Amino acid sequence: MDPQRKRKIRLVVALGAAVLLAGALVYTSFSAATEAKEPSQLLNAAPGKSYDLTGKVVDGSVRHQGETIRFRVADRDNPSASIPVTYTGTVPDPFRAGREIVLTGSVRKGTFIGQRDTLITKCPSKFTEQHQS
Amino acid sequence: MTEVLLGALLFVLVAAFVLVPLRRERSQGGEDPRIAELESRKEAKYREIRDTELDHAAGKLDDEDFRRQDAELRRDAVAILNQLDEVKGEDAG
Amino acid sequence: MIELGRAALVLALLTAIYAGIAALIGRNGDRRWVDSSRRAVYALCALLTVCVLVIEAAFLRNDFSFQLVADHSSTTTPFYYRLTSMWSSQAGSLLLWAWVLSIASSAVLFATRNRLRELVPYATAVLMGVGGFFVALAVFASNPFEQLSPAPLEGAGLNPLLRHPAMLMHPPMLYSGYVFFTVPFAFAIAALITRRLDASWIRITRRFALIAWTFLSIGIVLGASWSYSELGWGGYWAWDPVENASLMPWLMGTAFLHSIMVQEKRGMLKVWNVTLIVGTFSLALLGTFLVRSGVLQSIHAFGASTVGAPILVLIAVVLIGSTALIVSRLDDLRSEKRIDSLFSRESIFLVNNFLLVALCAVIFWGTMFPLISELFTGDKASLAAPWFDRYTTPLAILLVLFTGIGPLLAWRRVTWESARRVFVAPAAAALAVGVGTAVLFDTGRRPWALLLFAFSAFALTALAQEIWRGGAARRALSGGSIPGAMLAVAARNRRRYGGYVVHAGIAVLLIGVAASSSFQTNREVNLRPGDSTTVDGYKVDYKRPTVSVDNERIAFGSVLDVSKDSQRFTIHPTRGYFRPPSCPPQRLISCYFDGESTSEVGLRRGLRRDFWTAVQPSIGPVLRNARGADRKFQLLARGRMRLAAASPNPQAITQQAALLQDVRGLAIRKIANGYLRDTPPAVFHVIVNPLVTWMWIGAVVALGGALIAVWPAPGARRRRVTSLQAARLSHQPSRAPWRARA
Repeated sequence: MDPQRKRKIRLVVALGAAVLLAGALVYTSFSAATEAKEPSQLLNAAPGKSYDLTGKVVDGSVRHQGETIRFRVADRDNPSASIPVTYTGTVPDPFRAGREIVLTGSVRKGTFIGQRDTLITKCPSKFTEQHQS
Repeated sequence: MTEVLLGALLFVLVAAFVLVPLRRERSQGGEDPRIAELESRKEAKYREIRDTELDHAAGKLDDEDFRRQDAELRRDAVAILNQLDEVKGEDAG
Repeated sequence: MIELGRAALVLALLTAIYAGIAALIGRNGDRRWVDSSRRAVYALCALLTVCVLVIEAAFLRNDFSFQLVADHSSTTTPFYYRLTSMWSSQAGSLLLWAWVLSIASSAVLFATRNRLRELVPYATAVLMGVGGFFVALAVFASNPFEQLSPAPLEGAGLNPLLRHPAMLMHPPMLYSGYVFFTVPFAFAIAALITRRLDASWIRITRRFALIAWTFLSIGIVLGASWSYSELGWGGYWAWDPVENASLMPWLMGTAFLHSIMVQEKRGMLKVWNVTLIVGTFSLALLGTFLVRSGVLQSIHAFGASTVGAPILVLIAVVLIGSTALIVSRLDDLRSEKRIDSLFSRESIFLVNNFLLVALCAVIFWGTMFPLISELFTGDKASLAAPWFDRYTTPLAILLVLFTGIGPLLAWRRVTWESARRVFVAPAAAALAVGVGTAVLFDTGRRPWALLLFAFSAFALTALAQEIWRGGAARRALSGGSIPGAMLAVAARNRRRYGGYVVHAGIAVLLIGVAASSSFQTNREVNLRPGDSTTVDGYKVDYKRPTVSVDNERIAFGSVLDVSKDSQRFTIHPTRGYFRPPSCPPQRLISCYFDGESTSEVGLRRGLRRDFWTAVQPSIGPVLRNARGADRKFQLLARGRMRLAAASPNPQAITQQAALLQDVRGLAIRKIANGYLRDTPPAVFHVIVNPLVTWMWIGAVVALGGALIAVWPAPGARRRRVTSLQAARLSHQPSRAPWRARA
């Protein structure tokens, strides 16, 4: 085969693979991502639907009850909009009042029920800014 | 106040150090930069020759392929050596 | 002292600007200006060293008039952590960036003081542009020499989570990795501007890219080991944006290190190489940006950060400028040669490049997805670990396979005959390991892991065979023992053999990753003292709880006896509650539990498996007692202070305060000790992690390989002088008939 044509074929194959990968990425990411919601957006959430709750743990709201912890999570910028949360499972070390968390779960009777072991605390490399405040 | 004094002191030190070359006569000076460049290209070519020999000895390269590639590499190396001689000759003369 | 630092920092900015301008003035060959700009770079390095020393001295002396020190250290912070807490702050880490860059720039300019005269001025200008940018950030946006007046008596202390040996060196390693990639970037830009697009810019900066890669690798591994042993969740990688930010430049930098070999050897892939280094450097900047701006946590955090916007502007300038430059130089970037055959080392390198860049793209997309989805759907959605795993697992497995194939092929082209010769042993090993593990350990239930084991076996055997054949060939020429010959070959071909060792290390590392992520046992058990349970064959006895109280923290621990077959050991998982820097007056006692809490995991490492535990004590009863004590203590304090205020003795208030402090200490001790008398059940997180130790071993091996490749060959200089090779070349007239000179 003439080398010019061979190179073209190779280029097309490589580009094709890249386009396929990109397509798969876009498609799966939009379908796999759980919607992240802040507490204020959850007030009239559909019961039973799964969300990622994101927000700040309200100061002084953390209560331990055996394995279960109860606390309130508020919007990042609006501490008055908050929702009660119950959660059972592994608690990452950085978890504490005032820290930003992400928790997967659903809303039942106005309370956000977290799925076991889905609590994520934002990585501590960000601590410096919070430290100063 | 101390800040300004310290700053001034540091400034004088840095300026003295940095501006030395500017007081020189304008000159080319030093080794011809082409020599260092050619030397490094020569080294790279030698490394390639060694690599090819290793590949051949390790059985990854056929005798025929090896002969062809080795000859080509050596041709390149000789060209570089010739250039080096030329540049060095120019500089000496 | 603070004045010295401030003066040096401002002067550093001026020096960087001068160095860049002087280099450009000297671009057409006026050596005086170029020499002067090089000296300015050395001076910049000295000035920034002064800044760093001033800050370090302040940390060591507990000089809380430095805001930086007051915010990130305290008198109780241990020595080594005081030494390194500079980079736990934003201002300190920006200064670190600039300082390391000044060191790298000085090193590369020293190495090129008599070479590459066309490139050096432009490269200096680029280096100083970047360096000046970071010094300017330190001067104007985030000054490390902010002064507090009056100086507080005590600092806020270092975040307890960051008190881990790995954290001492993790940030400077990552930053050094990011920073050293600036050097090849600067020379690539210089090569583009001057149209000197042969491999000379690569030859000069290759070692810097390799050093950058090594630093970045160390940083990533340290971060993973910190996560494993400190964060109390038992994993080493969580696809957290901050982790991804360091992995992306690593992947693209790895691709760059491979593809530059193709340009050096064959004069191909020129556009690709400059694109890769621009991408790597941009990703390094992006890493700094993601960590420092907080944009992924929240768009709003971005506005609050003073350095986010400037770094973003720098990234934009780098990307747009470099792209324009590359496009305008496309004609000069044509390949000198073409790929001869699909079955050659260079095409395997291309495939590996493609896989590495694809991995990088996947991670980039997943990391930036919260922003992307907010842009398109208005909802901020994030992608979790399973999404990342779905793509990265197959890509990583293919990568291991091609890593194994690459070294087996020669450059240019390979005949079927020689290919068959070298492929037999690795393929047999892969098959044996695949079948063997499937039969012995039932790895068939995790097909990805099975594939990875088989491909790793392929790669490791291929590497071993390479080293063996090299040694054997050498021995045939010059005699000696096989191991001696293998060492001799390795010493003469450091780059190649260093690379082999890196590959072997990575293969071992990935075996550890695959085994520990696919075959771990992960349980949570609720135990009272005296209870026992069995996890994956290990019998776990909760012997007794422990309590320790000191000035900084209360720790509730446990003593676990663990046994399996004849193996028997005791571990002490503990959870520490750190006192926050200040407490509200109505909760002076219970607030002790509001601060950071950290796990000290109970970890028994082993070559076959790690036994990992973290404890989550129920502190409900302790907290209830503490709240009761809050009220009593507040009443007591109020009464005492009223008495003291009424007393004529001027010392009364201080005396009472000291007394109350003692009472508070006693109360806290008593309440904490209550945990021993009436111990509620605690949740133990137990993980049995197979082969995870091999991950760390693989990492160490890979780093050793990188060091071998970085180390300058001792013989190189000598050979240049003796010109032994030159003589040999001229003595082979049959092969060099075209050499006319005598």
